[in-house]
Amino acid sequence: MSSTAEPVIRIEHVTKSYTSGMPVLRDVSLTVARGEVVVVCGPSGSGKSTLIKCVNALEPIQQGRITVDGEQVGGKGVNLPRLRARVGMVFQHFELFPHMRVLDNLCLAQCKVLGRSRQEAESRSEALLDRVGLKAFAGKHPGQLSGGQQQRVAIARALAMDPVVMLFDEATSALDPEMVSEVLDVMVELARSGMTMMVVTHEMGFARKVAHRVVFMDQGEVVEDSPTTVFFEGAQSPRARQFLSKILTY
Amino acid sequence: MSNFDFEIIGRSLGYLFFEGMRFTLTLTFLAAIGGVILGTGLAIIRLSGGRVLSAVAAGYVNLVRALPLVLVIFWFYFLVPYLGQWLTGSSRPIHVGGFASALITFIVFEAAYFSEIMRAGIASIPRGQAAAGLALGLTPLQSMRYVILPQVFRIMLPVLLTQTIVLFQDTSLVYVLSITDFLGAASKIAQRDGRLVEMYSFAALVYFIVSFAASRGVQRLRALIAVPR
Ligand SMILES: Nc1ncnc2c1ncn2[C@@H]1O[C@H](COP(=O)(O)OP(=O)(O)OP(=O)(O)O)[C@@H](O)[C@H]1O
Ligand SMILES: [Mg+2]
Repeated sequence: MSSTAEPVIRIEHVTKSYTSGMPVLRDVSLTVARGEVVVVCGPSGSGKSTLIKCVNALEPIQQGRITVDGEQVGGKGVNLPRLRARVGMVFQHFELFPHMRVLDNLCLAQCKVLGRSRQEAESRSEALLDRVGLKAFAGKHPGQLSGGQQQRVAIARALAMDPVVMLFDEATSALDPEMVSEVLDVMVELARSGMTMMVVTHEMGFARKVAHRVVFMDQGEVVEDSPTTVFFEGAQSPRARQFLSKILTY
Repeated sequence: MSNFDFEIIGRSLGYLFFEGMRFTLTLTFLAAIGGVILGTGLAIIRLSGGRVLSAVAAGYVNLVRALPLVLVIFWFYFLVPYLGQWLTGSSRPIHVGGFASALITFIVFEAAYFSEIMRAGIASIPRGQAAAGLALGLTPLQSMRYVILPQVFRIMLPVLLTQTIVLFQDTSLVYVLSITDFLGAASKIAQRDGRLVEMYSFAALVYFIVSFAASRGVQRLRALIAVPR
C-alpha cells in the first residue's frame, strides 16, 4: 500500500469551491514525498489554508483526488478519523482545548482514537512536552501559557498521534514577534529529524533553512513549484517574483 | 378568616415540606436533567444533523414554545396512557402516575428551552475547536462530547440554572392534576381549614425565598467561573 516511492501526500487536479461560489482551488496538483519539507506561500486569499484543510478532509473537494500515505481522502471504505489521526495539523490560532490541562490536551486523542492506555499516553506526552521544552507545564491550563508556549504544546499534541505527515497553517502568524522564533526552532528541529511537512508560512527564513521545495499559489492555482534554491535565486513567474519582493523588502 | 393564623402554618410544615416541597424539588431536579439531555440532543441535531432531521428538531422546538404549558400538562396526562398502550402493545391504556406524567411533560417542554440555550452555547465556541478535534482523529460526536460540550456547559451553566429556577416555579402548574406538590399541599390545607390567605401567602413567600436565593447563588457562580480562556 505505501512504499517509499509513493509520496506521503499526493494532490491531483483538485478543484474546490465553497458553497455556490467561484472555485478557490483550481486544478491544483502537488506531491510531498516522505521526509520532504514543502513550504506553501502566496498572497492572502490564494487558497493555502483551504488546500491544507482538504488534505485531511476538513473541507470536501469537488474534483480531483487526494491520497495520504496511499489512502484516498474521502474514498469509499476509508476510515476518516483513522486517516486524520495520521495527519498532524497545527493551526494559526493553536486551538488547544482550554478546559483541559496541557497533559490532557495531549492524551485525549491518544486514548480515544488510538486506544492507548492512560499510562502510555501520559508517558509519551511527557516525552513530547520535554522535546518542545515545556515539560514543567503539563499540569497548567492553556490560558496560563504564552502564545508561543501554546503553539509548542499544539505541535506536541499533533506529534503525540505519531503522524506520517505534519501540516502547518501559518503557525507563527498569530504570535508576537518575540515568540515566533521559539516556535520556528521547534519546527526546524522537527524538519531536521526527518518529519514530512507541508508548511503554509510567510517566514522565508524558515523556508530557506529547511524547505526542500517552495510552492507559490495565487488565486487558487499553483503558480510555481520549485526546489528552494531555485525559487529564491530566480523565481520564474512574475507574480511569484512580485510577491517575494514585497515580503522580503519590507 | 378574620385574624391571620400563624399556627396553621407551623402545624402543617411537615406536610408542606416533606410531601409538597420534596415532590417539587424532585420534579424540578429530574426535569432539569432530562430537559438538558434531550435539549442538548436537539441542539446537536439542529446544528449538525441532516436537513430533514434538523427541520424536524426545529419544528419541535418551535411547536413546544408556542404552546401554553398548562395545556401540555393536561394533554400529556390524558394522552400518555394511550401512548404507552400503543408503545407496549397492551390491550388497555397503561396506568401512568401523576409524577411520571408530570416529569415527562416537563422534560419534553423544557427541552425546547434548554436546546435553544445549548444551541447558542455551541455556536459560541470558535469553529477551530471542532476542527482541531476532528484533525486529531476524533469523530464528530467525540469532538462534541470531549471538546465542545464541556466548554458549552461551563459557559452556559448560569443560564441553564436560571432556566431551572423558572422551571422550579413552573412545576407549581401540576396543581391542575391535583398533585401534591408544594403549592398543591398548601392549597389542600387552605381548602380544608379555610385558611386561604395564610397558606397562599406562605407559599408565595417560600417560592420567593427559594428563587431569590437561587438567583443570588447563580450570580455568585457567574463571577466565580468568569475565568479568562
Ligand atoms: N469557510 C469558507 N466559506 C466560504 N469561503 C471561504 C471559506 N474559507 C475561505 N474562503 C474563501 O476562499 C478563498 C481562499 O481562502 P483561504 O483561507 O484558503 O486563503 P489563504 O491563502 O489561506 O489566505 P490567508 O493568507 O489570508 O490565510 C478566499 O477567497 C476566502 O474568502
Ligand atoms: Mg490562511
